[in-house]
Amino acid sequence: MTNIADSLLIVVLLLNFYTLGTSRVRAVIMASAAQGTVLGVVALLAHGKIGLLSLVIAVVTVVLKGIIIPKMLMRAMRDVGIRREVEPLIGLVPSLLVGALGTGLAVLFSHALPLVKEHAASLLVPTSLSTVFTGFLLLTTRRKAITQVVGYLVLENGVFIMGLTLVHAMPFMVEMGVLLDLLVAIFVMGIIINHINREFASLDTTRLSQLRD
Amino acid sequence: MAWLLVLVPLAFALIAFAVRSDRVRPWVVATAGMVQLPLVFLALRRQHVEGLNGWLQLDALGKVVLGFTTILFAACACYVPGYLNQRREGNSRMFCTALLAFFAVLTLITETHHLGLLWVAIEASTLSTAPMLYFHRTPRSLEAIWKYLLIGSVGIALALMGCFFLGYASLYAGHEPSLELSELIENAPFMSKSWLHAAFIFLLVGYGTKMGLAPMHTWKPDAYGEAPGVVGTLLAGGLTSGAFLAILRVYRIVVAAGEADFARKPLIALGLISMLVAGVFMARQKDFKRMLAYSSVEHMGILVLGIGIGGGAVFGALLHMVNNGLTKGVLFLSAGNIHRAYASKSTDEVRGALRRAPYSAGLFLAGFFAITGSPPFGPFLSEFTILQSAMASHQYAIVGAFLVMLIIVFIGMGSTVLAVVQGEPGPLPDRPTSNERFLTIAPSVFLLAIVLMLGVYVPAPLNNLLRVAAQSLEGR
Repeated sequence: MTNIADSLLIVVLLLNFYTLGTSRVRAVIMASAAQGTVLGVVALLAHGKIGLLSLVIAVVTVVLKGIIIPKMLMRAMRDVGIRREVEPLIGLVPSLLVGALGTGLAVLFSHALPLVKEHAASLLVPTSLSTVFTGFLLLTTRRKAITQVVGYLVLENGVFIMGLTLVHAMPFMVEMGVLLDLLVAIFVMGIIINHINREFASLDTTRLSQLRD
Repeated sequence: MAWLLVLVPLAFALIAFAVRSDRVRPWVVATAGMVQLPLVFLALRRQHVEGLNGWLQLDALGKVVLGFTTILFAACACYVPGYLNQRREGNSRMFCTALLAFFAVLTLITETHHLGLLWVAIEASTLSTAPMLYFHRTPRSLEAIWKYLLIGSVGIALALMGCFFLGYASLYAGHEPSLELSELIENAPFMSKSWLHAAFIFLLVGYGTKMGLAPMHTWKPDAYGEAPGVVGTLLAGGLTSGAFLAILRVYRIVVAAGEADFARKPLIALGLISMLVAGVFMARQKDFKRMLAYSSVEHMGILVLGIGIGGGAVFGALLHMVNNGLTKGVLFLSAGNIHRAYASKSTDEVRGALRRAPYSAGLFLAGFFAITGSPPFGPFLSEFTILQSAMASHQYAIVGAFLVMLIIVFIGMGSTVLAVVQGEPGPLPDRPTSNERFLTIAPSVFLLAIVLMLGVYVPAPLNNLLRVAAQSLEGR
């Protein structure tokens, strides 16, 4: 079972690199959708035995992160007519290199961490740290508001993976609350993106610079 | 009872959403304030207010926050009808619904004893305030809301990471992981120290972002600058206090683990940095709403600094949270009136407010003296308590830095405030000579009266609650 989970986590890591290396907004959204779907399956495996609640959590995760949220982002993308991320603050190849470096450091760092026996050999913790780092990178180096939202999603995915080490501590209701908050957050951000596009005739967040001291 | 306190504002939010008439809806908000206030004070007098298997529990600390934020909310609720009457262009339905929903969530924050639920509630508070920030529908407010949402969401994601680390700290120690406060406190002495330290840092940075501590404060001047006065009040007095409460919950666990000394250093550092940043950016600040935002950064710094100093300063910090929240209400509500009277919030255009909007300007001036710690207002007493305790425990460097920063802030803030209230009003666009109505003035007067009272005399029930809360934070 841990073997399957670990191979899925490697897919998550590869998807991190893919989001960093592509300039097509559509591809970035699809990658985050794929990541969300994979994480739903990993969540099911992490629960150990398949019960009703763990099944519900996995299904809701897949439906939200894999289908609904990407659909909302796709629609926002169509509405504002943006296809490509132009001129990220750090180029695609350099950000890929930084991402690789971050992942390497995450693996090294999690070896140094005091981990429970069943997590020490698994990829859960390094994948979590590396995914959080990738999310940060996307958030800070991309100019388009929509790519920044995907960055936030990837960051949230990383936190989600860390949560899988504690599946038994998180009550069902709280887990659902976290997912609901995520959905509403993306929904609100989608609305704002639309308004930004209408007001500024652009989604370039570097134009959001009127407010300063 | 515990549920009722959350459900009542939520029910009013639904009513506000359902009501079609723009004229009736603001009064739904005012009614909600008038219903919630006695209800909360009834709950405060009870010994045990619990619900949901102990996930909801009103302890002394929660009672303090719930009590003063409800007073603040009631004042804002009464201000809303007068405000919306003068600002008819915005989306009143979104505004009223979001305001009431926000208050329901804030009540949940004060009651919950489950860190996961606390996280969900704080994230929900971010989301429910977003529509209110977009009330004016200007490009500037869009920029503010984008920064607010993105920085806030990232901060809060880090806080969730911190929660998981905290759970892992018990898991590593061989205990059944849980995010319930009482169990975490029980397990704390056995937790893995390194995971606990990491958890505290993540939670401090995460919730500190929501609190607006420097250097994570960058969303604050933009959001407060563009937000309507009522929303500024609820953010600066309510939301930030809720985030502070979250940090205190975590601090309590760290204290129980015997690691208070570890936690104090970052608290003191963030506190002093916040005060410094606020002082620097407040000097020659022309935008008086942004100035209030930096004042909020400063006082959030004082709060965590007080906790970091420890001893009697913890009591002082808790009292200061109450004083700061209520005084911010006076300042933001009167600043909102001045903003509307001039259709500007820059000292380039706003001059002589004492003539053009005499009551608001008077309240603004009094609020300035209160918040900068002038006697006989409440903040003087609480800041004095913090300083005294720092002296008593021989932390002279902190005392010196604290005093210097208070003076810098006083001068910086004073020059802006005096520029607003003094002088001759310049030529102005065609506007009615006075927009001051009973409902837009009375709430600030009410809050100022409480702030004044707290400076002279702290009522015994509040004093008791603060003492119990401070003792529990010190692990006694």
